[in-house]
Amino acid sequence: MALLKVEGLGKSYTADKKILKNISFEIKAGELVSIIGPSGAGKSTLLRCINRMVEFNEGKIIFNNQEVGNLNKKELRHLRANIGMVFQHYNLVPRLTVIENVLHGRFGYKTTMQGLLGRYTEKEKAAAFHLLEKMGIHEHAYKRCDQLSGGQQQRVGICRALIQEPKLILCDEPIASLDPNSSKIIMDLLKSISTEMGITCLVNLHQVDVAQYYSDRIIGLNKGEIVFNGNSTELHEDNINRIYGTKTEDLITS
Amino acid sequence: MNEKTMRKSRWQTVIFLLIIITLTYLSSIITSFSFADGLATIPEALGWMTSNLMVTGESLDKLPNILEKLAETTFMSIAATTIAAVVSLFLGVLGSKTTKVNNFLSVFARFIASVSRNIPVVAWSLVLLISFGQNSVTGFLALFVGTVGFLTRAFIESIDEASQSSVEALTATGATYFQIVGKAVIPQCLPQMISWVLFMVETNIRNATLVGILTGTGIGYTFDMYYKMLDYNAVALVTLTIVITVIMVDLISNYVRKVIL
Repeated sequence: MALLKVEGLGKSYTADKKILKNISFEIKAGELVSIIGPSGAGKSTLLRCINRMVEFNEGKIIFNNQEVGNLNKKELRHLRANIGMVFQHYNLVPRLTVIENVLHGRFGYKTTMQGLLGRYTEKEKAAAFHLLEKMGIHEHAYKRCDQLSGGQQQRVGICRALIQEPKLILCDEPIASLDPNSSKIIMDLLKSISTEMGITCLVNLHQVDVAQYYSDRIIGLNKGEIVFNGNSTELHEDNINRIYGTKTEDLITS
Repeated sequence: MNEKTMRKSRWQTVIFLLIIITLTYLSSIITSFSFADGLATIPEALGWMTSNLMVTGESLDKLPNILEKLAETTFMSIAATTIAAVVSLFLGVLGSKTTKVNNFLSVFARFIASVSRNIPVVAWSLVLLISFGQNSVTGFLALFVGTVGFLTRAFIESIDEASQSSVEALTATGATYFQIVGKAVIPQCLPQMISWVLFMVETNIRNATLVGILTGTGIGYTFDMYYKMLDYNAVALVTLTIVITVIMVDLISNYVRKVIL
């Protein structure tokens, strides 16, 4: 049974230009799937359609047997609580502490008042510290987020997504602003999240070799259309050419 | 950038300067303002100021009275600013692109800000003087209205600039609107907002003198009264106390800024 099913998805911001055209794919629970493609191919838009950060125009998305497009406000909130999101620029609140930022992930389960007053249960706090420890950043728990390095901030971002206890994590270019070393740490973490915790990860990536090394499956996107969808071992030079529209030798792949 | 474009941009600078000089010259001709004549009157004016605007022992008798009015004016300015800040916070959140509830309220908030900001505080004082009469409420309201306009604008910009990314992230976790505003937007913008509020406190203490002259309240009224009684020594004393107060408030708010930022 597929956790996420996308059928004939289409999205356009203006009438004359379609960002996404007839996108269909399925993702099984526990998979790590990468979406690769040139800038402007619609990777970020596709990811944001899944939790309706962007409203789509055509087709349907079925997540966990629910049709995403038909949800009302309350159901949408519940859906978003079930889907974690990790961003290229981490999108933390820089002036707040690490632990506060992690606990923000629980807002989807709280009433407005509980959230505003910062009333978290002991269990939630313990879970937050446990996650920070797992990510190796527990000694920074009371530091302000803007004092942390990029790699550490991204790990805080992942903690915030994990404390939601999500079924799916959407990662929008999680390593695009990180150095190679931090990138490896983050990708290893995402891999272990999918294999050990069984949480499905859908990752937008720019690096073809990273996608090939880490993902179970790769979806190649070009100009809003899926041009490749298969196991990472099946991704060969001609597919890469189709995705990026150029010869592999002309790309910086490492 | 090659040689040719560099030469072109240098020419642009020269032409731009020439335009400014011409404009200045033309405006002084049209208004028949002569810079040289203006300069020539300075020594005489200074002479008058040094002989008349001096704080004498006699005028010091009026000090307690002046200080009382000054304190009243200072506290009124602070109250007007802080109350305006609360109102502006709501309008700012409504008006900002990242936190707006809907387009109508956003335009509405921006409209209120724009109206109250673009009518000068002097005009507000005179309009309110007619409607509310000569009492301290009038001065308070004049400062309040102008401050709401300015602070709303400043808050909208702070919110837009500082919090777009975290608003996106919290929306994606399923947080409610008030959770997002309370836990991401306000913590992120608070130092900048406090800085703007302090700036307005300074500005308002300065403006309060002018508003007071117009509405007949506070230290402005005291200034106006001594001025019309030709008691220039007392006028000098009033001015001096205002200057000292403004400098003190400046120093305090600079210190607070350094601590919070």
